[in-house]
Parts: sequence; structure tokens; C-alpha cells
Amino acid sequence: MTGGYGAADILKECTIGVDRGEIAVIVGPNGAGKSTAMKATFGMLPLREGHVMFDGEDITHLKPEERVVKGMGFVPQTHNVFTSMTVEENLEMGAFIREDDIADSIEQVYELFPILKEKRRQPAGELSGGQRQQVAVGRAMMTQPKVLLLDEPTAGVSPIVMDELFDRIIEIARTGVAILMVEQNAKQALEIADKGYVLVQGSNRFTDTGEALLANPDVRRSFLGG
Amino acid sequence: MTDFINALVVLTNFILVPALTYGSQLALGALGVTLVYGVLRFSNFAHGEMMAFGTMITIFGTWGLQALGVSIAPLPTALLALPLGIAGAVILSLIFDKTVYKYHRQRKASPVIFLIVSIGLMFFIGGLVRFIIGPGDQIFFDGTRFIFSARDFKRSTGLDEGLALKMTQAVTIITAILVVAAMFWFLNKTRTGKSMRAFSDNENLALLSGINPDRVVMITWILVGALATIAGTLYGLDKSFKPFSFMQLLLPIFAAAIVGGVGNPLGAIAGGYVIAFSEIAVTFAYKKVVTYLGPDSFQPDSLVQLLGTDYKIAVSFIILVIVLIVRPTGIFSGKTL
Ligand SMILES: Nc1ncnc2c1ncn2[C@@H]1O[C@H](COP(=O)(O)OP(=O)(O)OP(=O)(O)O)[C@@H](O)[C@H]1O
Ligand SMILES: [Mg+2]
Repeated sequence: MTGGYGAADILKECTIGVDRGEIAVIVGPNGAGKSTAMKATFGMLPLREGHVMFDGEDITHLKPEERVVKGMGFVPQTHNVFTSMTVEENLEMGAFIREDDIADSIEQVYELFPILKEKRRQPAGELSGGQRQQVAVGRAMMTQPKVLLLDEPTAGVSPIVMDELFDRIIEIARTGVAILMVEQNAKQALEIADKGYVLVQGSNRFTDTGEALLANPDVRRSFLGG
Repeated sequence: MTDFINALVVLTNFILVPALTYGSQLALGALGVTLVYGVLRFSNFAHGEMMAFGTMITIFGTWGLQALGVSIAPLPTALLALPLGIAGAVILSLIFDKTVYKYHRQRKASPVIFLIVSIGLMFFIGGLVRFIIGPGDQIFFDGTRFIFSARDFKRSTGLDEGLALKMTQAVTIITAILVVAAMFWFLNKTRTGKSMRAFSDNENLALLSGINPDRVVMITWILVGALATIAGTLYGLDKSFKPFSFMQLLLPIFAAAIVGGVGNPLGAIAGGYVIAFSEIAVTFAYKKVVTYLGPDSFQPDSLVQLLGTDYKIAVSFIILVIVLIVRPTGIFSGKTL
């Protein structure tokens, strides 16, 4: 993918991908274009070159909401919940495009994140950071996506909650969902990653399995703090 | 003791009942302003004139029904013509949205541009209304005038003071309660209503969730057209229909919306009553009340009035300024649709 917000390209021939049941992690310095790559994948950014493939189909020209229908879910880095609406209403809105009964999906999300069931009647804006991220992920899960894009799902949460969230994400991947996620906590994220991408200035610097990247001395020195 | 009850009756008759009535009208008006602000994110100055337009169509419907001999006495015939007026206001709003607002929305114009555009539409609709129905007064109220009159009240209670309840007052208050209840039910319980709140809360995330913005905008205009027509018709029934009075209503309506916290429906309703009670309480002459409550044979020389009724409009203005200085986000800040 090559493209940006205006005249200048932020992404330069950046390639990312993930397979069914896998977790792919994108790491890199601030401003590298990680969020931009996610937005481009989800169709929120016009691409100048390159394309986005989904299940063997070219979806480069589909709008974000059309990609949701295809089976993509996206959790943005910020403003990713409806703060004035209750937890349950957030989940309902996540399932807005669905016409069938959503009660089962809501139950599934509550099974995955039991705390949300307790707080179902509370406005999402009143929850803690970690709980909010759970609502955000839950909202995206409501369309039963095949690919889930998560932009820094553990931003601003404590290490314990982070481990919790990673466990849940692994659980989601085990059900066959492909997970593409951006992470600041590079070390922990690469430990659970099947694939890892190190993005610098909008281009792939390193691409390998999570394990191999963790073992790579160059990556360790520059991006994992030794 | 009788003196005390008489004083209470005076206050109820001249402050409580009129303020509840006027407050209901303002609340419905402010609710419309707040919906536009919450969803479309601009202050809609054309709202007052849209009220006039919807009311005008309702009046035509009323005349038509009267000519046909249709009547729902003791209720005013205008209630039966309301759907026609609502349809008129909704159609005009949707035409304006398609021909005017949509263009600016696509260019992502700033709220101040929208505000100025709405001022232009305000003059346009105002002119249109006066062109069609004329600038004069129209009285379109029919049906029973009083549910009970001051004379009935005095006779049955034996008190010196009378308490009257006009049909228009009862109709206004009851209609307002029904409309507000329906509105909250819609916003909080239906899928479409929730999608409107979601859009108002976080537009970007609403788009990601597949909520269609065009549909949200359309439904907003439908609700706003209905609210404007109902508020205008109730006001016109209670006072009379005078095209110019709707431009003057704009200030108390905006004051109500802002006092409650613009964008918050509950605030708009509370704000409507706050403004109405202040306006009426501040301009009321308390001479009689003081006479009843004061020591025997005490009679104030003046009217005991804080502000002449000519300054009524200043009250909303003062409240507006105070709220903007002390608590710019309104009483119910921090909450959206
Ligand atoms: N909406 C936007 N309009 C214009 N430029 C933008 C926009 N969003 C981001 N940028 C620019 O694109 C570049 C990449 O930003 P991006 O948000 O993708 O970085 P990131 O890797 O996600 O960083 P972080 O780790 O801080 O989240 C930055 O130089 C930023 O200034
Ligand atoms: Mg980012």
C-alpha cells in the first residue's frame, strides 16, 4: 500500500497481512504510520498505489461500512466507544448492520469479558481505561468478523490488564478470527504473535515470525530496548 | 388561613399555570434546537420560523376541516390538522436539507457557516409565511374555551380569588408530556433512535458501525419538523398566530436550550421551564399576594413588580448571559443526546 492524507505519502509500499486464526502484530516508533496502515486496510484512506485483498477478493474500492459487511472489524486507537451510551447499547450499535438476532453475540462478548455483563447498564464513558478497551473490542466483535483490526488495544492499561487483554485476544484468534494489531508493548505483543511487522517511516523494515523478530539482535537493539 | 389560600390561588392562576403552559411550548421548541445541534452540530436559527411555517399549514388544515364541518369539540380542531402541518414542515425541512445544508455538509463546512446559512433560511421562511398568510393576527382556536373558569372556581370554593384553566393550557401541557415521553422512548429504546444518539456521540465510530449518516440526518429533520409544528401550534392556540412573534420566540428558545446544556434533550426541557417561570415570575405584579400575606389592613402603594412586562424578553437574555458566564456548558453539562 502507498498513500497518505494529503499530497505526501505516509505509507510507502507497506505490506501487511494476516491469515485465519493468526495474530499479526505491527510495531514501530511513534509516527511510523502504524495507525495509517490500519486505516488504509479498513478503507478510511485513499490508496495511491497497491491494493487490499480479503479472502482472495480485491476490496480496495469498498467503503469501510461495506468492509464491515464483508467481515472486517476495526477498533480505532482513540474515541473507540460511544461514551454517552451504555455498554449494552455500544454492543448493539456494533451489530447495527445485522438484521438477525444479536442476543447470542452479546452473550458471547459477555462470556469473553465478564466484567462487561456487570456493567451492561453503565455508560461506557464512566468505565476504566481497561474496561473501555474491552467494550471497544466487544463492539467490533458484534459483527462476528473474520478479520479484526486492533489499534493499540492495550494503550493506557496496567500490565496486569494488558496480560488479561492479550489472553482474550488469543482466545478470539483460536476461534478462527484473523487478528491484525498495532502494539506499543512490542515485546509482549511479539511473544503472542504468529507474524510481526516492524514499520519505520511508512515502510516495512523487518518482517518475520514474532519469535524470529524477538531473537533478531537488530530489532532488539533498535525497537525493543536491548 | 383563607388569606393564605387566596394568595396561593393568585400565584397558581397567574404564575404556575401560565408558566407551565409557556414552559411546555419553549421546551418543545428547545428540544428541536437541541436535536439539530446534537446531530447536525449547528445552531439552527431558522427554527422559530419553521415553527411559524408548520403552524401556518396547520391553520390552513383547520380552516379546511371547519369548512367541512369536522369538529372534535370540546378539543380544538387544530389538533386534528396537526399531522398536515407536521408534513408541511418536514417536507420544507427536507427540501432545505437537500438544496442547502447538504452542500455545506459535504464540504465539511464549519458550524458558523451553517449558523449563517440558517439565518438566511430564517429570513426566507419568515418572508414566505408572511407572503402566504399575511402579517396579521390569525385566531384559529375553537372548541370549549375553559375547562373551568374563575367564576366556577369561586362559586364552588367560596374563595375571593378565582382559578381558571383554559382548554389551550390543558391541551398544551398534556401534549407536551406525551410528545416528550414519545421522544425519549424513541431515542432510548428504538434501534433508529439509538443510532441517532450514537451518531451524535461519535460520528466516526457510527460510520464504522455501518450507521447510515444520510438516514440519521433525514430522521432528525423529520423529528425537528414535527417538534417545531407542535410547539408553534400550541403557542398559536394559546396566544394567537402572529408571524412576527416567532422571531421573538427564538431568544427564549435558545436561552432554554443553552441553559439546559445544548445538545441535551433533558436539559432543553428543564431550560424551557426555567425560562418560562423566570419570565413570568419576574414580571408579575405581586400587589394582591402581598396584601393577602401582609399584616391586616396593609396595602402596598405600588404594583410590587420587579420588571414591567415590556421587559419580558430581557429576562431570557439576562439568564442566557449569566449562564454563559457562570456555567457555559449549561446545567446538565457533559451529556449528549
Ligand atoms: N488525519 C491526519 N491527517 C494528516 N496527517 C496525519 C493524520 N493522521 C496522522 N497523520 C500523520 O501521519 C503520520 C503517521 O501517523 P500515524 O498515526 O499513522 O502514526 P502511528 O505509527 O500510529 O503513531 P503512534 O504510535 O503515535 O500511534 C504522522 O506523521 C502524522 O502526523
Ligand atoms: Mg497510532
